[in-house]
Amino acid sequence: MAGNQNQPPIDYDKIAELQSFKQLSKRKNKFLWTLTAIFLIIYLLLPILTSFTEILHQKAIGEITWVWIYSAGLFVMTWGLAHLYVSKANSYDKEAKAIIEEYERGVNK
Amino acid sequence: MSVTAVVMFLAIVGLTLAITWWASRRTSTASDFYTAGGGLKGWQNGLAISGDYLSAASFLGIAGSIALTGFDGFFFSLGYLVAYLVVLYIVAEPLRNLGKFTLADMISARFDAKKVRGTAALSSIVIVLFYMIAQLVGAGALIQLLLGIDYWMAVLLVGFMMTIYVLFGGMTATSWVQIIKACLLMLGTVIISFLVLAKFDFNILTMFSEMTTATDAGQAYLNPGLKYTNGIDTISMLVALVLGTAGLPHILMRFFTVKDAQTARSSVIWATWIVGIFYVLTIFLGFGAAAFVGKETIVEANAAGNMAAPLLAQALGGDILFSFVCAVAFATILAVVAGLVLSGASALSHDIYGQIIKKDKVTEKEQVVAARVGSIIISVISIVLALGAQTLNVAFLVSLAFCIAASANLPVIIYTIYWKRFNTAGAVTAMLTGLISALVLVAVSPNVWNPEAGKAIFVGDPLIFLTNPAIVSVPLGFLGGWIGTLLSKETDEAKYREVDVKAQTGISVQDVSH
Repeated sequence: MAGNQNQPPIDYDKIAELQSFKQLSKRKNKFLWTLTAIFLIIYLLLPILTSFTEILHQKAIGEITWVWIYSAGLFVMTWGLAHLYVSKANSYDKEAKAIIEEYERGVNK
Repeated sequence: MSVTAVVMFLAIVGLTLAITWWASRRTSTASDFYTAGGGLKGWQNGLAISGDYLSAASFLGIAGSIALTGFDGFFFSLGYLVAYLVVLYIVAEPLRNLGKFTLADMISARFDAKKVRGTAALSSIVIVLFYMIAQLVGAGALIQLLLGIDYWMAVLLVGFMMTIYVLFGGMTATSWVQIIKACLLMLGTVIISFLVLAKFDFNILTMFSEMTTATDAGQAYLNPGLKYTNGIDTISMLVALVLGTAGLPHILMRFFTVKDAQTARSSVIWATWIVGIFYVLTIFLGFGAAAFVGKETIVEANAAGNMAAPLLAQALGGDILFSFVCAVAFATILAVVAGLVLSGASALSHDIYGQIIKKDKVTEKEQVVAARVGSIIISVISIVLALGAQTLNVAFLVSLAFCIAASANLPVIIYTIYWKRFNTAGAVTAMLTGLISALVLVAVSPNVWNPEAGKAIFVGDPLIFLTNPAIVSVPLGFLGGWIGTLLSKETDEAKYREVDVKAQTGISVQDVSH
């Protein structure tokens, strides 16, 4: 995990102290944990609803009951959120790159 | 056993051995052995993750469960899929940015203590063994049925093959066996699903309406409740499924085979699409088996329903498709157990031998030798255990592995990445509380105790009603880590800042040459 031989070791404290890093970290964690809470709740709501109520047992389209529609929704949600994550993460990558550049400018000054 | 089946089995064996021979010439360092040199592309690793993940429990188990219990079987598909969001959102990228070969590496990036590494290695090995026994028992039963050989011979055959792959080809061979298996499995599943749909005139509505009369359950077949009648127990099982994946050592290990967090990210996207499509198709496998094979024939072949998919293939596509699907099932098992051996060996040889006993003072050559010896040890232990575990229920063993992974590994992973105050004592207590509570709760559960003789391992009343204790043991794992942390005064904020910066920016990975 060591840096290159001809470079000084990375000063992690200095990066952690950067305003831009703090902001990125805060926004990123907020996004990740909010979405995680949401998809876990939506997911666990299915067995809760099917175990304690009958509302998803009713027919929706033809003989297809609402549990299947809800399940289809979970598939769509998984793929949708996976791609949402990627597009968010790509923009976080750019910010992280800018942070490293900011740090390197500071070191080489 | 037809000639076609023998030819297809031999083709799988021949192809995988050729890959192993090719991979063996590219495996000279420890990094080659454990991570294929970290050089896999996103799509390759995505396919390999799918190949690692879609085990016999998914292919044979879920198809059988849906065939026999309707929607209740489909719960597994949902849990196993949504689990990928947990992997993607919370675990994949920080893990790639912090770790080297194993989960213990990642936790040790923050807490460099022998007891932390040792506990992490221990819980990894326990999970791997449970998972592997499940796969080997399933494999033994399946091959016994298909080839007409004895159970012990079937287990030895699979055990021998997996040891060869890992021993000579390391992660490179394992990855390519998994990639090919994923393609074959998808091909087989798509063909069967197409044939099932054709039977229903390519109309989903027709399929559902015919399913209301196809089984003796009638309308109830299309709703939950045929098998899982206890709400809390159902929720508990679904908790284990969704949180367990992010703690499974052989899945986590796959993220070290790519060069950076971006590639780890794209491999999860690939995997999410592939396993997602597969899990959609499990509906057709299950419904098809229920409608065109029938409950009686399925149960007659195997009480748990594991033969539903191969039998369906036979009903729709004759001997050729049956042989093909059986060969695919064989490849499926081989690919999963090879990944398991490798992750067990990494915990044993890299964590326990290399880092703890030898204190990282091992040459490259010694590391590779240790990795190979570790692979043999893990293989032999699991083969011996599997030979004695023939009567255990496969689905139970797999769900137990998921439960331990969710309880012992996930809390410590999350705390390590996201909690500043977390410390060495907390890391150890989190893992031990999760591991022990999961094991103890299962030991007193209805899986192990049943008042009726022959229904479980022991005769007697279970102490708890939960068949899967995740709803209790996962919170206990988090609680154990929290209490352990607060009871110890130790904090090291500078170290956390380092871990946080590394996890979020990947700055250290870019320096590491693979």
